[in-house]
This record gives sequence, C-alpha cells and structure tokens, in this order.
Amino acid sequence: MDIKREDLLRLYYYLKLTRRLEDRVTSLYHQGRILGGAWTSNGTEAVSVGYGYALEKNDIAAPYFRDMGVFLIRGITAKRIMAQYMGKKTGVTGGKEGNVHIGDLNFGVFGFPSHLADNYPVGTGAALAFKIRNEKRIVAACTGDGGTSRGDFHEGMNFASARKLPIVFICNNNQYAYSTPLRLQMAIKDIAERALAYAIPSKIVDGNNVVEVYKAAMEAYDIARNGGGPSFIECKTMRMHGHSEHDSARYVPRELLEEWKKKDPILTMEKYLMENTIAGKEELDGIDSQVKKEIEEAEAFAEESPYPDSEDCLKGVYATPIEEERGI
Amino acid sequence: MKEITYLEAIKEAMDEEMARDPGVFVLGEDVGVYGGAFRATEGFYEKYGEWRVLDTPLSESGFTGAAIGAALVGMRPIVEMQFADFISCAFDQLVNVAAKNHYRWGAATPIVVRAPYGGNIHGGAFHSQCIEGFFFNVPGLKIIAPSTAYDAKGLLKAAIRDNDPVIYCEHKYLYRRIKDSIPDEDYIVPIGKARIAREGNDVSVITYGAMVHTALETAQLLEENGVSCEIVDLRTILPLDKKSILGSVKKTSKVVVLHEQTKTGGVGAEVSALLSEYCFDFLDGPILRVAAPDTPVPYSAQMEEAFIPQTKDVVAAVEKVMRY
Ligand SMILES: Cc1ncc(C[n+]2csc(CCOP(=O)(O)OP(=O)(O)O)c2C)c(N)n1
Ligand SMILES: [Mg+2]
Repeated sequence: MDIKREDLLRLYYYLKLTRRLEDRVTSLYHQGRILGGAWTSNGTEAVSVGYGYALEKNDIAAPYFRDMGVFLIRGITAKRIMAQYMGKKTGVTGGKEGNVHIGDLNFGVFGFPSHLADNYPVGTGAALAFKIRNEKRIVAACTGDGGTSRGDFHEGMNFASARKLPIVFICNNNQYAYSTPLRLQMAIKDIAERALAYAIPSKIVDGNNVVEVYKAAMEAYDIARNGGGPSFIECKTMRMHGHSEHDSARYVPRELLEEWKKKDPILTMEKYLMENTIAGKEELDGIDSQVKKEIEEAEAFAEESPYPDSEDCLKGVYATPIEEERGI
Repeated sequence: MKEITYLEAIKEAMDEEMARDPGVFVLGEDVGVYGGAFRATEGFYEKYGEWRVLDTPLSESGFTGAAIGAALVGMRPIVEMQFADFISCAFDQLVNVAAKNHYRWGAATPIVVRAPYGGNIHGGAFHSQCIEGFFFNVPGLKIIAPSTAYDAKGLLKAAIRDNDPVIYCEHKYLYRRIKDSIPDEDYIVPIGKARIAREGNDVSVITYGAMVHTALETAQLLEENGVSCEIVDLRTILPLDKKSILGSVKKTSKVVVLHEQTKTGGVGAEVSALLSEYCFDFLDGPILRVAAPDTPVPYSAQMEEAFIPQTKDVVAAVEKVMRY
C-alpha cells in the first residue's frame, strides 16, 4: 500500500501536534494552571494518530483517554482542548467535563467514559446501526491493555463478531495499566490472542510506527467497510510518562524506558521521512514551527476564555427535560 | 375501542412505533424467532426481519452498550431485559454511559430498556426483584412504571419517542391479569405526570405499578367504613411528579406511601422526605410507608405473600393514620 506524500506529512504533523499539545498541558499542570489531572499519550502517539487518520469523515471513533491524536484529527481543535483542560466555557464540553473526557458528535467522536472498554460495546452499537441502515460507515473503538480484562471488552467483540459488524477494535498496549505490568494482568503473551476467541482476525503492529498503524487500520477498515466484519489491532508500545502527570512511575524499570526512548514515534517517523527522501529537515522544522504557533494560540485562547456560569451546573441533565419542580 | 391486556398493550406500542419509525428496533435475548420470554415480541421477527428484531448473545452489558451506540447515531433501540433482575449486568452502561452522555458531552441517548419486574409469580430472588431503586439515584435516567394497560401502551410510546434513556418497568404480575379499553387512534401518556387513580378526601395512598391495584382494593374495602382514599399512581418514578404528590396530600392531610420494592432507601423514602420538606404544615399525621421488608425476595408462597404488601397491610396503615 502506497501512502501519498501529503498524507505522510499530515501524519507527522499530527504526531507533533499531539506531542506538543500534551507537553504543554504537562507544563501547565505542574504550574497549577489546568484543572485536575493530566493524562497524556506521551510515547504512544502513533497509535491514535495512525488509526484516527485512517478514518473517513463519516466514520465514528469510540476512543479511550490516550487518544489525543484522534480528537485533533477529527477536527476538535487544540483551542477547545486546551480550554477543556482549564475548565473553560469554550472547552469541548463547556466545563461539564475535563481533560481527555472528550466527545463531539459533530466530528464523529463518541465521548470517552472513564470506565475502560465501555466504548467497545458502544462502538459496536454504532456499527450495528450502520449495518441495519446499510451505510458504508465503520467504527474504530479503542482501549488500553488494562481495559482488555474487562467484561465489556469481551462482550463488545463477541457481539460484533457474531453479527459481522463494521467495526475495528484497537488496543493501545503500552505494557502497563497504571502501575500493573502485563504479566500481572494476563497470562497470555499477546493481547491479540483474546480476539482469536471471537474468531476476529487480528494484527500485531509496532505501535511506535505511525505508518504501520495507519496501514493496518486502513486494511482493517477496508474489510469492515466491505462487509468482512470486525478486526483487532494490537499496537505494542510503551507509556513513557507516569499513568498521569502526578505519577513518577517508579515502578517502571529505567532500562525499559531507555530502550523505548530510542524507538520514539516522532523520531521513528522523522527517520522514515528523511531516509526515504520524502521530506528534509527544513520542511519538518517548518511543520514544527506551525505546530508550536498553534499550541501558543490555543493556550492564549483558553486563558482568555470565560469560565462557565455556576448555574450551568443544573443544565443539560436531560435532552428532553421534564417541567421540573412544578409547584414547588 | 378494543380490550387488550397489559402485555398486549406493550406489544402494540412497540409494533406501532416500529411501523412508524424505521429507527426503532428491538434487541435482547430470545426476542427473535422465539418472540421473547414473555412473548412481547411474538411475530415481530417475521414482520420486521432479523435486523430489527435482534437475538443477542447472553450479554446484558454488551447489548445495552450497543443500544447506546446505535442511539448515538440516530436509532431508537428498545432493549428487552429477559427479566429485570439481569439489568444489574448492564448497570455500568446505563449509569455511567447512557445517563451521563447528555450532561457530559451533549449527546442524547434515546434508548428504552424494558424491564419485566416484580414478584407474586414465585420466581424467587433472581426473577422477582423491583429494580427501580437501583437507578432512582441516577440523574439523567427516566424511570416509568405503568399500572394499567392504557398507560402501558401510552407510556411505552412516549418512552420510545423520548430523547433520554428510559427504564420501563413492566410488572410481570399484571401481564395477563388486567385489561383496558384502548382507543384505536395513536396516543401517548406523557412521562413525568402522575395520575389520580381514585379520588378521595381522607387519606392519600401514593403508589405505582402492581400496588396500585392493591391500593384500589384497599380503598374499596375502606369505603364501607366511611374512609375515602385518594390513590396517586405515580406512573413516572424518576423524575417524580412532585406537584401531583403534594397536591393530593395538601388536600387530604394524611398519607400512606406504598410500594413492592424493599423499604430502605426506596422510592417511598424519597416521597416521604419530599412531603416533610414541602408539605409539613399540611400534615395531620405521620407519613406511613408500606413496603416489602429488607430481604431478598423469598420463594415459597407463604413467605412471598408475607414479603409482598397485601391489602390487609395497607388497610392497617390507613386505619392507623386515620386515628390522628
Ligand atoms: C473500569 C475501570 N476501573 C478502573 C479505572 C481507573 N483507571 C484509570 S486508567 C487505569 C489503567 C488503565 O490501563 P490501560 O487500560 O492499560 O490504559 P493506559 O492507561 O495504560 O493507557 C485505571 C486502573 C477505570 N478508569 N476504569
Ligand atoms: Mg496500558
């Protein structure tokens, strides 16, 4: 499969945008300038950028919380995300939610519920709707390695497979669920083995190589779009920060981090682009300058944005509110 | 006009809504060829096909989550729990996903979860529970519980057309035991509005579901002793129709709250709290609750009868409050 130069450069741009946005969020977190915690995808950006970029406009993403690349690619701007992190009215959810708890149906992104793997069955339902309505749309649903031990991971995949639904399940296997390493999470070697139980074809990819993730996603989406049913993609990668920015991740062996540092997804992509003479250093630096500017603008926008009104707290519980408190 | 049972009312509501709106579909265990454990979808598979009447794996969280996802992209799924008791397996999807989608990120989740609930059918601890209490403390959900065939149809139609997740508690004991004359034309019963099942002046009995019939029996008996009971059938449990509750009690000044659900932390506790908060000056006696005791639902007929509030229990409560 050949990837157009233009697409390769976009993939690079989104890797950079994701990294710089989350790096900035991390700094702001340490300065006490965002509200609550900061969960980043540092070191694993190629997963969300790769599977997010392979989606078509009318497809649906049912993400989890280390999927910043997906949010950005779908069209949720850095401005709105930064404002979300600061709990501002202009944030993606207007202050109702924070940080990576993002969803926006205008961009085909399902909200991320904290409960890991909940989006596997929810994504399956959107795929079911597409099948019922005979639409050529697909769903990509993602969770972490930790989420794959939950019932909903299995219930979603089983249902999708029994009905051959147009969905692709992605797993960001970053080797840890908070502090718990894979060996204490499961006895199997590859998470992809779990898909086998549901007769779902799977692929294991280098989760630090955005081109590989993108290609695997494109292939799987194509199968799903053409009636071939679900696939599973296990992206092997490494979480390079703590679980969230409060966590120093002392429990991760330093050598492991050193080893994975060399495989950084951005370095990997830069090397690929330059070695294949797709882009030179100058061009990549140009992309990076653009990204930096975008992040600065996003931060300024978020800083200047108003906070929500406290009365907004009472609004939006129901889509069809019932005339409340009648007579009281 | 025609006479139909409570179960037929449920079936008709689904059938008419499925015929009206191609986005409406049913999913759950054995709802397809078999027609559902209680036959609520009998004939649907033949009429609407396997993609609108979906037999699912035994997987409540999976298919409830799937209903949510389908609703997010424009469908109006009806989830059938085979027995309400199994809704516990879908608790997370309902409480954390469906109920919070709109508040958290502005996405409407129009699903209906049909929950065949309640006892008096010798089903034991796992086929008799009242589940409304599990969800009563969850903002974002709507919970309804019809007591008549007329309301069963009208409320289910309203629920299917509503844009929020609705838990529809259908009482198994009533399925084939009660009938109503139903208009031939399309109608709905609005969510959020209680109904005065019987007018009276001396004491309000606030209840819902199968207990409405127990309350009616009570009222009949007490009428002979010159006590006039007003029966408020809540119909919607979440959110409560506070105006109707307070309106009735302001008129009668005496109240008994009745439900089949266990007592502690039940709907009756909330109704009692509302009354003492907003209606204290109007009360002429204590707010009494008649409810199932705080035990699992027992199996044997003798114990189940002791568990489920009976007419004599309600009569005793009304007589007690009438002494004030
Ligand atoms: C069902 C559930 N239990 C616990 C948590 C708390 N929690 C948040 S993230 C996390 C670890 C997740 O690990 P993994 O799925 O591997 O994702 P990663 O953070 O590594 O990307 C835990 C335990 C949760 N969000 N959901
Ligand atoms: Mg992990």
